[in-house]
Amino acid sequence: MASMRDIKRRKGSITSTQQITKAMKLVSTVKLQHAKEKADSTKPYFDCMYETITGVLSKAGNINHPYLCAGKSKKKAILVITSNKGLAGGINSNIVKTVVNSGIPKEDAVIFAAGRKGKDALARAGYKIAADYSDAMNNVIFNDAADMGRDLLDGFARDEFGEIYLVYTRFKNTVSQSPVMMKLLPVEIETESGNTTDDLTLMNFEPEPEEALQLIIPKYIDSLIYGGLIESVASEHGARMQAMDSATSNAQDMIDDLTLKYNRARQATITQEITEIVAGASAIS
Amino acid sequence: MEDGKVFQLEVVTPMRYFYTGPVTMVEFTTTEGDIGVLPGHIPLTCIAAPGILRIHTEKEIHEAALMDGIVRIMPDGVTILAEACEWPDEIDIVRANEAKIRAERRLKKGSDNVNLTRAELALKRSLMRIELASHNKK
Repeated sequence: MASMRDIKRRKGSITSTQQITKAMKLVSTVKLQHAKEKADSTKPYFDCMYETITGVLSKAGNINHPYLCAGKSKKKAILVITSNKGLAGGINSNIVKTVVNSGIPKEDAVIFAAGRKGKDALARAGYKIAADYSDAMNNVIFNDAADMGRDLLDGFARDEFGEIYLVYTRFKNTVSQSPVMMKLLPVEIETESGNTTDDLTLMNFEPEPEEALQLIIPKYIDSLIYGGLIESVASEHGARMQAMDSATSNAQDMIDDLTLKYNRARQATITQEITEIVAGASAIS
Repeated sequence: MEDGKVFQLEVVTPMRYFYTGPVTMVEFTTTEGDIGVLPGHIPLTCIAAPGILRIHTEKEIHEAALMDGIVRIMPDGVTILAEACEWPDEIDIVRANEAKIRAERRLKKGSDNVNLTRAELALKRSLMRIELASHNKK
């Protein structure tokens, strides 16, 4: 059995770790609330944006726009959104796994990284990092998303890559986040809902749908990126909150266990001392 | 509030619900020119260009700076998806002035085409901000 002093020292170290994880949990709870509020306030924008883009595309029919068909280049750009800081459970490694298992060969992938963790992990895995927007993850503003969108579209226009993907963590709720990979370009809109096309047939466009697409699609991409950034930040804090919560309770379990061991050890010492005294006394008499 | 005289206007930016409420008319700039929308307009989707957004309610007229965005007009309501939208008192005139000077410099230098368009847009935005802010001060 470990000595009393060893147990006490170990307990002290776990207690201070627990204090840190508890504080980190509180911090991420607050940050999560902010991030959630931000995500909620951006929601109507995306819903409207999605409706508009579906409307335009269903109206535009089979027009041949560069944004609607894949480029000639075999390369594929992937915008990978992770966090800058670790200790957030598995969200960053899940994102990296999603990229690695996406079926896009390493040589064909051009990584645009937002978030230091994803950038480092993918660089280590041998991917080519074309750009790094990690600073944007500290405080997400729409202009950052617009910058990324512009860089991606410029590259697409120069035919540096034929397809653009976005990988981010979708925020379902506080306890559940999942990595998602979606195709940004060429734009793919499911047109299975037949009933919506009826009221859209009345929609007019100014300028013409083809020109409108040229202007709307970049905005659509920007808003998707922005949504991905906002949701990833919320997910990061949610995941960290959860990770820190379980770390705190694990620490508590360990402390309880050690306390029991400590008390047993103490009791054993006392019993031993008494036995020794009694044995000594009976030896004298 | 009679039917047919007002319609629902929603101005949404990625940051917030900028404006929502019944209005009698709304005026703004599109890529094709200035337009004013009254109730019962035919369905139309257009692209907003930087310009002044005038919201006419039954009592008063509000003005705001509208940056690029997408406008969806339906007979019973208008939705403006703006990248940014600001009330006059939110405009930072010093910053707008700086942006104007920067854009002018870039235009004078004149590099490739893309940068020129960008600078032109930036200049337009700053000019519009300055105009709106100074004209609301009086």
